[in-house]
Amino acid sequence: MQDNSSLQKTIDIGEGAAIPLKSDKGLFTAWRIAFFGAIATCLYLAFFRPDEYMAIFRFIPDGIIVTFKVTVGSIILALIVGLIAGLGRISSNRLINGAASLYVEVIRGIPLLVQLFYIYYALGRFVKIPDMASAIIAMAICYGAYLGEVFRAGIQSIPKGQMEAALSLGMSRFQAMRHVILPQAFKVILPPVGNEFIALLKDSSLVSILAVSDLLRRGREYASETFSYFETYTVIALVYLILTLFFSKLIGIMEERLNEGK
Amino acid sequence: MKGNSEPIIEVSGICKFFGAFQALNNVSFSVADGEKVVIIGPSGSGKSTVLRSINRLETIDRGRIVVHGMDVNDPETDICNVREEVGMVFQSFNLFPHKTVLENLMLAQLVVRRRNRTEAENVSMELLRKVGIEEKANSYPARLSGGQQQRVAIARSLAMNPKAILFDEPTSALDPEMIGEVLDVMKTLAREGMTMVVVTHEMGFAREVADRILFMDHGKVIEEGVPEHFFTDPSHERTKLFLSQIL
Repeated sequence: MQDNSSLQKTIDIGEGAAIPLKSDKGLFTAWRIAFFGAIATCLYLAFFRPDEYMAIFRFIPDGIIVTFKVTVGSIILALIVGLIAGLGRISSNRLINGAASLYVEVIRGIPLLVQLFYIYYALGRFVKIPDMASAIIAMAICYGAYLGEVFRAGIQSIPKGQMEAALSLGMSRFQAMRHVILPQAFKVILPPVGNEFIALLKDSSLVSILAVSDLLRRGREYASETFSYFETYTVIALVYLILTLFFSKLIGIMEERLNEGK
Repeated sequence: MKGNSEPIIEVSGICKFFGAFQALNNVSFSVADGEKVVIIGPSGSGKSTVLRSINRLETIDRGRIVVHGMDVNDPETDICNVREEVGMVFQSFNLFPHKTVLENLMLAQLVVRRRNRTEAENVSMELLRKVGIEEKANSYPARLSGGQQQRVAIARSLAMNPKAILFDEPTSALDPEMIGEVLDVMKTLAREGMTMVVVTHEMGFAREVADRILFMDHGKVIEEGVPEHFFTDPSHERTKLFLSQIL
């Protein structure tokens, strides 16, 4: 028989970094080695090879801030787009469902880099908005499609009886979604959303192709002036690694908290 | 018993298809104010489908259902109004796992009935006392036994002050030792005059509480009658066979 303790299903969609949970010993150790190793390497380069590296470390922090802004801005917008797309995908209205499905199919079928170019230049043709804003919108449109599928899966993982119970108490579909289904779905989708966040953080390096001075672009600018390509990209890679590992750990902790709270 | 007033639920000639399979075939019956109707029959006979049609959790393909003067399948009818008046208790309880017992009872009072928090809380606590579970008010459903969960589910639907309650096999998911506590709550409700439509396999309950029993098979009502007649002298062969298997 249906048991409420089996309510929490997990959905496994991994495109970001592997989330180091305490239960996975191997990954947990690997995370420590990689994270602290990367930090140690950065410190070593900065203090023992200052001639080559100190200037790089001074040059790129602006880029980290931009990368962070693009990532956070995109994920917030993408969550909104994704919620709408996800609700659209489970709608019984054929028109809404069709539109949402088409959006998801089209977006997922085009490489992100191509989309970025396309949306960036398409937007630029009709409206004048800052480069950073159009980069964020482009990323959000793309990731909204992936998050839409996460939302859909999360909502559909909630047993049908929950909606029926809410409706039979006289709630409208909207009220049932808002008070009963979504609060439960959020718990289920938090891990995959975290994953998408990390994937987005990494993919945000693509906006360096546009006129946005993110971490990678700052690196390119520095390298092309000084011709120290190897040193610059070593630092860039290490910084991305530290950022990604930091957030994957944070998400791992959130996930474990959530599991305890069951 | 006020058995002969205007019916609260009137089901007339309803049919329902799942693809080519006919789940309901011309089912008609009515439930008067304060009446307790028990629907029994083998699994797959359409009894749950009938029940779920009454508050439109299932749509019907033919026929008409009128609840408290509202045509359930009329597009003009706001189905929420029907559902506010007709509570439902499910086999699998369907409590909201992210909310405490008290919050489970309060939610629809707040968002549907628009009561204020104090009033909703008072109503809820009183009902929890009634179903004998007030000490669990601040627990989450997962901490409760099946029997306790189902009693909370009954209290939750009572909190809306419904005109009638539909019970869809309320004890079928329970361990045997917990069936009694749920049936006791249902019997209390019956004594207090609640209008009830109950799909169940509990023949003892049916015999004791029902004003009328409907026996369904293959999507049809085969037999309808008062318990004494139904259990001692059924008129149809199919009913006799079913009773001989189950009793």
